Amino acid sequence: MSQSSKYSVETKTRTSSIFGICLILLVILAVFVPALVSRSVLQDLFFILTMLVLAQFWNLLAGYGGLVSVGQQAFVGIGSYIFFGAIILWGVNPVPAVLLGGLAALALAVPIAFFAFRLQGAYFAIGTWVCAEVTRLIVAQWKQVGGGTGTSMPRDARKEMWGSEWIAQVFDVRASAALDILAYWLALVLVVLTIGGIYWLLRTKRGLGLAAVRDNLEAAESVGVGATRMKWVVFLVSAFGTGLTGAIIYLQKARISPDAAFSLVDWTAFVLFIVVIGGIGTIEGPIIGVLVLFTLQSLFADYGTWYLILLGASGIFVMLFAPRGIWGMITDKTGLQLFPIRRRLTISNKNNEKKGNENG
Amino acid sequence: MARLDIQNLTAFYGDFQALFGVDIGLAEGQTVAIIGANGAGKTTLLRSIAGVLNNDAEMIKLNDRPIGDLSADQIMPMGVAMVPEGRKLFQSLSVEENLQIGTYGRNVAGQWNLDTIYELFPILKEKRLVSSTALSGGQQQMVAIGRALMSNPEILLCDEISLGLAPVVIRDIYAAFPRIKAAGVSVVIVEQDISQALAVSDYVYCMMEGQVTLHGKPADIGRDEIHDAYFGSLPSQEVGA
Amino acid sequence: MIWVDTVIQGVLLGGLYTLFATGLSLVFGIMRLVNLAHGDFIIFGAYVILVLVTWMGLDPFLAVLIAMPFMFALGYVLQIVMLNKVIGDEILPPLLVTFGLSIVVQNVLLEGFTADTQRIHAQELQIASVDLGVATVGVLPLLTFGSAILVIVILQQIFYRTSLGRAFRATSDDPVTASLMGIKTDNIFAIATGIAMVVVTISALYLGMRASFDPAIGPARLIYAFEAVIIGGLGSFWGTLVGGVIIGVAQVLGAAVNPEWQILSGHVAFIIVLLVRPRGLFPKAGL
Repeated sequence: MSQSSKYSVETKTRTSSIFGICLILLVILAVFVPALVSRSVLQDLFFILTMLVLAQFWNLLAGYGGLVSVGQQAFVGIGSYIFFGAIILWGVNPVPAVLLGGLAALALAVPIAFFAFRLQGAYFAIGTWVCAEVTRLIVAQWKQVGGGTGTSMPRDARKEMWGSEWIAQVFDVRASAALDILAYWLALVLVVLTIGGIYWLLRTKRGLGLAAVRDNLEAAESVGVGATRMKWVVFLVSAFGTGLTGAIIYLQKARISPDAAFSLVDWTAFVLFIVVIGGIGTIEGPIIGVLVLFTLQSLFADYGTWYLILLGASGIFVMLFAPRGIWGMITDKTGLQLFPIRRRLTISNKNNEKKGNENG
Repeated sequence: MARLDIQNLTAFYGDFQALFGVDIGLAEGQTVAIIGANGAGKTTLLRSIAGVLNNDAEMIKLNDRPIGDLSADQIMPMGVAMVPEGRKLFQSLSVEENLQIGTYGRNVAGQWNLDTIYELFPILKEKRLVSSTALSGGQQQMVAIGRALMSNPEILLCDEISLGLAPVVIRDIYAAFPRIKAAGVSVVIVEQDISQALAVSDYVYCMMEGQVTLHGKPADIGRDEIHDAYFGSLPSQEVGA
Repeated sequence: MIWVDTVIQGVLLGGLYTLFATGLSLVFGIMRLVNLAHGDFIIFGAYVILVLVTWMGLDPFLAVLIAMPFMFALGYVLQIVMLNKVIGDEILPPLLVTFGLSIVVQNVLLEGFTADTQRIHAQELQIASVDLGVATVGVLPLLTFGSAILVIVILQQIFYRTSLGRAFRATSDDPVTASLMGIKTDNIFAIATGIAMVVVTISALYLGMRASFDPAIGPARLIYAFEAVIIGGLGSFWGTLVGGVIIGVAQVLGAAVNPEWQILSGHVAFIIVLLVRPRGLFPKAGL
């Protein structure tokens, strides 16, 4: 399968066309979901959508860009904190404030990239983590938004949020439920833009260059792919998207603290396991991964620590025995591709090579 | 008894097949040269014997024992030492440490030890405390040979000893071979430098595209035949046997 | 004079960070593996010692001697069954597996010991101090610093004076050629991780005696350790000591200005060093 797809110019398959139509129908349905489901289901869907966006961006970084960051919580944190700051200190309406959150994350990504790109591989990973810690410690000094203990969104801001009054009328719900619906819609828009945007990016010439950067930095440089520029683009875009998501998440939560907004477990560990278990380096993988995470969480969340132990163990297990994740196993068996893009050597080929060398 | 008996050896790098049914024998005390152009499969052959590449167990027999499926760290203690292509000295180790580590998997008394290696290559004694990176190419090759000899092997595998060295240096190094052979070790030499290979060997195999295309005693093989076996498409033939 | 005192306290704190960092540096130096669960293993070690001290009534220093072989075996087995399978040119597998381990270890500890803070009690040692003339320092911090130096000296001896050390360096240079010397590289890696776990156990003893700990504080220790390793330059044990001391001094100085700045100033020192010297203070050629 990898051999033929390696040389194919066509990207569409019949399944993928049918899938595309289903997807459009699904999105249209999703828009009207708030009218059909209970508030708790809507909150679950919101969780799934936001985690999916975070996972897609981390996958873009690590799976395609080869930038294994464990500091994405820096962007969730700064995005949500600037979002709160804009509302509380500057009186910005929460909906445009989301955009400010994304821009703040983008701005923070510049010095972080400048610093972390000096480090390679595993050191890049921990370098981004240190940056996230520094950001958290600085934000915890920001007294106007509650310092180390955090703060809540002012009642006025929640009431005056663009669209919330209209939603409350149309759906005949209270203001707090209207906030959930608004957050859900924002998350839905973000999911569609993210997946659409990443799919578009990967199908362009630049996207192909990305795979080259991941596979071999020097080779990519020598054939003229601007590897460094590509790394910057991917890092900044991911930071922006992650910051927007952070702002939307805290728009829904309406309460923030540094420890929660900069949580390594919530915004990086979960995301990482979603991508790895689902299948890294694919658009489909994170979608499957987030559903797995959600299922595990629904079944085991009451068991607290056991749930996290299970999650960690699953991640280890997948990495050891099925490094391409669930979606990788599915494509191996069926050749299915729902988001077809021309791909280079797949990981399974690399493993063969490794086996050859292992004897040495 | 054959020290080494290779029958119908095939080898792969991933999906790429590098050897197609190679048969080679090595008697006790014998020196066999394997010559051929780049990509003929000579290095693959040596890596298969040493265990860097794994094959079916029965394809390679050492003293009648099948070893084709064993790994390098299992085969080395049985008395197979390799001088790898490109010398591959350990950069973090001094010259003497590079020699000492040759006995890591097999420490048996015999003709070779630090003193006798320094006798064989006196320059190494002078340089014993410097880092292996500070040596000339020829000196590095001496360390690589010494490192392999330190384990007093039954079989010595030499991969492209002359590669990248000046002719005069090559001559110096090959001058040590009579003494090495005198200790009773069986030697497999892989070379592109045909004249050196023919001079020290008792038997020659010529390889092309993963197969043996010609073999015989050096004295019985003519230059033209070697040329054909190198570049032409002669079927496998034995000369003067 | 207060500043001299502060700096000395910082240097001694650096001894603890050096202990944290040495195990990490050892494993990275030999197999280019960054163990993201390193900090959690330190905390795990502290609980092992705690159990021996509180349940069996052992002296902490005796407990650490018992814990050492146990932790060595744990590291050895972990390397054989898990980590050896993910070492290679790809960055992601070792990172994810050790990250998974980190989550598992943290939550197993949480399940077993709850989130309550614990401390390894060592009676009078915890309050004992000596007057050095310029400053009065605690015996325990002094002991920590001395242990860090001792650990480095011993590791240097193993690395540069023994056959095992030669095998470590050879395997680190070139595993394939090392196997041609009869070196079982999987075994060498496992021994290295085992030794790193012994160092982890020693650092766990001092961590647990000096301050209280709970299952969640491992990742922060990993970060300090990592910063010390990078500042020192990869693969240099003495460099790691310098790195640990820099982080320690920066933290104590920061805390002297404003207690909330302690951790932050350590990170800032790290970032500054790295901006000025991207390969650390004592980089080793070829790494």
